[in-house]
Amino acid sequence: MSSTTDLAAQGKREGRPGLAGLQARSGAALNPNARVAVRNLEFFYGDNRALKGITLDLPERQVTGMIGPSGCGKSTLLRVLNRMYSLYPGQRATGEVLLDGKNILDADVDINALRAKVGMVFQKPTPFPMTIAENIAFGIRLHERLSKAQTEERIEWALTRAALWGEVKDRLNTSAMGLSGGQQQRLCIARTIAVRPEVILFDEPTSALDPVSTLKIEELIDELKRDFTIAIVTHNMQQAARCADQVAFFYLGELIEVAPAAQLFTAPQHARTQEYITGRFG
Amino acid sequence: MSTTTLPALSPVKDPAVAASLGRRRKRLDALLRWFCIGATALALLFLASILLTLILRGLEGLHWTTFTREFQPTTYGDPEAPTGGLLHAIIGSLIQTAIATAVGTPIGLLVGTYLAEYARGSLLGNAVRFVSDVLLSAPSILIGLFIYQLVVLPMGGFSGIAGALALAIIVIPVVVRTTEDMLQLLPNTLREAVVGLGAPKWKMITLVAYRAALPGIVTGILLAVARIAGETAPLLLTSFGNSVLSTDLARSMSSLPIAIYQQANSGFPDLIAIAWAGALIVTAGVLVLNIVARFAVRPRG
Amino acid sequence: MQEHTVRSYGEELRRLREMVARMGGLAERQVADAVTALVRRDAELASEVIGRDAEIDTLEREIEEFCIRLLALRQPVGPDLRLVIASLKIIHAIERIGDYARNAAKRSVVLAQQPPLGSLNGFQRMARLVQENLKGAMDALVNDDAARADEVWANDQPVDEVYNGIFREMLTFMMEDPRNITAATHLLFVAKNLERIGDHATNIAETVHYAVRGQPLTEERPKGDSSPFAVVRPPA
Repeated sequence: MSSTTDLAAQGKREGRPGLAGLQARSGAALNPNARVAVRNLEFFYGDNRALKGITLDLPERQVTGMIGPSGCGKSTLLRVLNRMYSLYPGQRATGEVLLDGKNILDADVDINALRAKVGMVFQKPTPFPMTIAENIAFGIRLHERLSKAQTEERIEWALTRAALWGEVKDRLNTSAMGLSGGQQQRLCIARTIAVRPEVILFDEPTSALDPVSTLKIEELIDELKRDFTIAIVTHNMQQAARCADQVAFFYLGELIEVAPAAQLFTAPQHARTQEYITGRFG
Repeated sequence: MSTTTLPALSPVKDPAVAASLGRRRKRLDALLRWFCIGATALALLFLASILLTLILRGLEGLHWTTFTREFQPTTYGDPEAPTGGLLHAIIGSLIQTAIATAVGTPIGLLVGTYLAEYARGSLLGNAVRFVSDVLLSAPSILIGLFIYQLVVLPMGGFSGIAGALALAIIVIPVVVRTTEDMLQLLPNTLREAVVGLGAPKWKMITLVAYRAALPGIVTGILLAVARIAGETAPLLLTSFGNSVLSTDLARSMSSLPIAIYQQANSGFPDLIAIAWAGALIVTAGVLVLNIVARFAVRPRG
Repeated sequence: MQEHTVRSYGEELRRLREMVARMGGLAERQVADAVTALVRRDAELASEVIGRDAEIDTLEREIEEFCIRLLALRQPVGPDLRLVIASLKIIHAIERIGDYARNAAKRSVVLAQQPPLGSLNGFQRMARLVQENLKGAMDALVNDDAARADEVWANDQPVDEVYNGIFREMLTFMMEDPRNITAATHLLFVAKNLERIGDHATNIAETVHYAVRGQPLTEERPKGDSSPFAVVRPPA
């Protein structure tokens, strides 16, 4: 087991992908469908290096699941993709994250425009303290000038795509705080897609929800991938198995393995991945 | 993972020990409970006594003329002589409190916002917070002195505006504290959610953070209003008091606490009764303001 | 491999391996006893073998239920999932092996009443070979040993060669004297049973290889059964 690890490490030292990386890396480099391409990404919290040389593609209109133990860097990677980290001083990233051929880490990037392209849904539902309709309209108004009728149309579209329209269409003008947890989370998804992003990032979107709401969100993610490129961080491996087309396993800030979900959960290539997914973590 | 198996612990089986421990626990529990209830009762007793006295004595002195007439000297018990009122003090208090709130709230709000949203953990932020906290607990007479030096002396006399400014300085740290606390309470993910939609930071603060923290911020402002409505000391050195109705901010101006202070000290029973009525008006006013504001900012939905 | 964080889960996986290995051992013994009964013309041993087949069937059901339980309650993934799925396939193969052994035993009861026909050395040799393969496959499963599984998988040819020999021999017996036909046909079927058992052993090895490596064996297995093309000319 340890010999495999060494092999992978050795491969990396020689600038050649290790056993695990073989499919992953070479596959990634050749993938013309990549919507987002992460290249040699390093991330620092102050002096603490949280991501080490990450190279990963998010293929267009596919769901990329990110798994790994707490503190492995998966959420950090997500927060690089829409530069959420730049809210906080002392956090910085080097390397490349290419979206539409542009490195979003560049200093001249319009962060607000970037975030309109790369939406994010959080662990806890975060409805704004306003009505349901205003919640959706909020994001739209940031980026577009629409007439009242167009805005209403967009609100209906977003809520319908988020599978919430039927439940809230009669109370669009009531406070969003009155919705159930699962509904609030779908509202947040609707709010995100109302801006019509290209990529949606989900950061443990169901960890605060009951199983039925969880399945609804998963169904929704499956539905959304027809139009959006999706990345989802989850602690629930079954969820990654259910939702994701490709799954990336992170450990101690490194991308250990990325493979199609079916492969990663039946025949992982790397010993670490195997130990993690089968519950044999030291 | 350890492979040694720990021996299973069987439940405690000495009923005598368990019973004695149980008795001790119950005794302590009862003791603590009665202490708490006792302390609460004591506090309530004093509060009730104050309120009761206030209401009884206040209602006694309260008359519709209290709201329509200005100060009159004592009647010496003559039922024919006109009794005085507090109109000048009520108007003076309203004017000064309103100006103080109008001046102090925005400043406090912005400082609180700076502390919570921009200066987290920064040195300057910590210094500002410290100064604000010192100001919060500073004796109010000092603030009166400060304005006396800064406004009253250069202007050449006591004035309503000086009183309002002194009160405004008292408002600021209260609003700073509550605004900062309320904004701090908002989950970071809410901020990230707003920013994550592509909103610039100022929109995040004004459109979402303030809205989410509104009930708390309003409570803070009300606290400040309640506090300045009852302030006497700084006004003594700034607006000084006036026995006639005046709306001229450049001249000395009366206020309820000053009027209460002056008339209660007069030694005449009819003036003292009016002072009680004034105290009741201040208390009731603050109470009504609180209730109205609570309803106004009640979370909808 | 490292210990499982949930120890009871690890125990259950270990138990699954043991149960499959026990079932395999039982089948090995059935094959050995069936051929011994044939060679020694021991009808009693043969009927014992026939009776014991029920044990294998029971064990198969038990393991199947256990696997379903594991799938439902533990949601195994990765190598654990492969082990459970492999076990399900392997026990089915072992059950077939048991059936073939029982069939051979039944035939040996009939053969015991027929005059002996030639030497049965070939059968003994075949039985030994398939037994070895079966054992090898089971060892590979228990020890997670893909190399051992590959060995077994590549080692079916000798069985086929012996089978070809027996096939020709039996055809010759039948042509020599029609009275041999009953015994020779039965023997032919016994040989065919052994050959099938050998095939199942290689299938098991193939499954074990997948369980251990996570990759199916895709190359063509070396085969030596030429009997489909065999023609024996009658003596002129």
